[in-house]
Amino acid sequence: MTPHPLAPSARPQAAPPPPAHPRRRLFLGLAGLGAAVVVVSVASLFLGGRSIDAGTVVDALLRHDPTNSDHRVVTDLRLTRTIAGLLVGAALGLAGVIMQGVTRNPLADPGLLGVNAGAALAVVCAISVFGITSAFGYIWFAFAGAAATAVLVYAIGAMGRDGATPVKLALAGAAMTTALTSITTAILLADTATFNEHRFWTVGSLVGRRLDLIVQVAPFIAVGAVVALLAGRLLNGLSLGEDTARALGQHVGRSRVVCTGAAVVLCGAATAIAGPIWFVGLVVPHIARQITGPDHRWVLPYSLLIAPVLVLAADLAGRVVARPGELQVGITLAFIGAPFFIVLVRRRRLREL
Amino acid sequence: MTTATNNHSRSVAHHGDLSRRRHHHRVATVCVALLGACGVAFGAALSIGDVDVSLTAVLGALTGNADDGTTYIVQQLRLPRALVAVMAGAALGLSGAVFQSLLRNPLASPDIIGITPGAAAAAVIALLVLGLDGYAVSVAAVAGALGVTATIYGLAWRHGVSGYRLVLVGIAVAAVMTSVVSYCLTRSDVYEARQALGWLAGSLNAKTWPTVQILASAVAILIPLALLAGRQLRVLLLGDDTARALGAPVERARLALIAVAVGLAAVATAAAGPVVFVAFVSGPIARRLIGGDGTTLVPAALVGALIMTSADLAGQHALPTLQLPVGVVTAIVGAPYLLWLLTVTNRAGRGG
Repeated sequence: MTPHPLAPSARPQAAPPPPAHPRRRLFLGLAGLGAAVVVVSVASLFLGGRSIDAGTVVDALLRHDPTNSDHRVVTDLRLTRTIAGLLVGAALGLAGVIMQGVTRNPLADPGLLGVNAGAALAVVCAISVFGITSAFGYIWFAFAGAAATAVLVYAIGAMGRDGATPVKLALAGAAMTTALTSITTAILLADTATFNEHRFWTVGSLVGRRLDLIVQVAPFIAVGAVVALLAGRLLNGLSLGEDTARALGQHVGRSRVVCTGAAVVLCGAATAIAGPIWFVGLVVPHIARQITGPDHRWVLPYSLLIAPVLVLAADLAGRVVARPGELQVGITLAFIGAPFFIVLVRRRRLREL
Repeated sequence: MTTATNNHSRSVAHHGDLSRRRHHHRVATVCVALLGACGVAFGAALSIGDVDVSLTAVLGALTGNADDGTTYIVQQLRLPRALVAVMAGAALGLSGAVFQSLLRNPLASPDIIGITPGAAAAAVIALLVLGLDGYAVSVAAVAGALGVTATIYGLAWRHGVSGYRLVLVGIAVAAVMTSVVSYCLTRSDVYEARQALGWLAGSLNAKTWPTVQILASAVAILIPLALLAGRQLRVLLLGDDTARALGAPVERARLALIAVAVGLAAVATAAAGPVVFVAFVSGPIARRLIGGDGTTLVPAALVGALIMTSADLAGQHALPTLQLPVGVVTAIVGAPYLLWLLTVTNRAGRGG
């Protein structure tokens, strides 16, 4: 059994950082991950259902010819989904770190806690009931849905004698997801047009999103990411527990609001692009913590880079495995993430975390 | 002094006896009331519709003393549908109550911990990928539920199965099953996918006598088995160690209970599709009606039947222009109730 990643023994305020992870090695690791992001992005541009040789791909990007169908596949499909994957991955990875930190719960994940389902229902409502089609319009619904669900699930999970235990939170999230998803289904059943457009989206997919929609959402992810990256110190404080954090002079309530706000914006924006995606926010922070140790100031940037690698790799795998069709990224991620989750659950002392 | 203690203990025993008798009395009253309500809903399901049939005419049609049209409407269209609603509802309610008691958690119903999603995934694969229909889909749903449960149980096993591990593994498996369903939906054309979505919402449309017969024979075996196995629940509720100390075969009893409860959820899902929240809310509603902490299997089954029948009635007739499948009604009504329930149970500290 490895020690709890958020264990209070690693007190982050105490400079210098633990000797096992010297700063230089951590920086090198970040650089390596940056390179990995570049590699998967390039792979995502060059590989796909249609085989297009490398020269054509480069041409498509540098000397774009709108009449050439290969060129159009590269820019309209592959470039768009690569950008979408980078943004969605980064957003969900950071949101996962924040949620696990704020709830002090190793099983927290925007998908498992129902936040993405809330955002998805809000978006489907916006499109089907209010007839809003621009991402700039329905992203506000996504934020509202994500925020409402996050607050509700946490409030419900945290009630009772022993506060928000992993099991209570996960169950509250799963129950909420079931409720929200069935209402989404009900709306889609009554509206074939919206259903046809959104059955792909409700799986969690990077395909078929228009570049202009992604561009509209990108600034929100950028803002959320900056706030999240700056929130490492706050999360470190919160992970010590409410009383200790307060004793160290931190405004616990304010920290929670700032962190949760950033997570909600990130989840809402990611869901607006790709639909409800599970498990990225669960898996990535755990991997990052294995490398960096518990200090959130390092976990956050590592997650920022690991998550897009995971999402794009899953997307690529989905393209390769099910040729000539493809597996939506949300499905591939569920198949990767669920076993990971089960391994976490089988660790004996989960309940005490 | 000794006499005083004796007197005291006797009066305590007497008091306990009295309150237990009062509790039994209350259980009986609640059951009778629920039965009555089910009867009313059932009668309404037979008489209300595009053609309203008076209750006397319904009785006539059931006994064969009515004109052909009325007999056809009642016997061939409405009676099978109402019977499927009652039986599937009872099966779901019972299944949910067993799981919730067994796992000691009001949220641990088969729709949340992966069993109904497993049945749904198998059925959708049968419908869309293998191109099957009719009974084959029902068989697939049952097989899917059993397979998924075996998987969850196996993955949660670690020197025995603890409730919370079963729940969490179930949630993860449910996520995978939901992904499988969505994948099948995206792969097929929109018309087929929409039909599958209709099944997925849970619907009692066009239920015929063969469905009734299959469901009836399954339920006739499984409900008595569940009530029989349910007698072990009371011991299991004391906690594994205490139950073992009292000589109860803990793992075997738990496995038997899970098997029966899964069977019930599976046959109900096979007949009516994965109707959400019936299994979820029946147990807690029954418990609130009865009060006290015991297990409440019979009332939970009755509550399930009542919910299913009235939800189907509401779905058919509440909106003048649009017929909603029963699963949509239970979702719309169930979701807010779920929130309220979560709030109440968690505040009492029983949420996990």
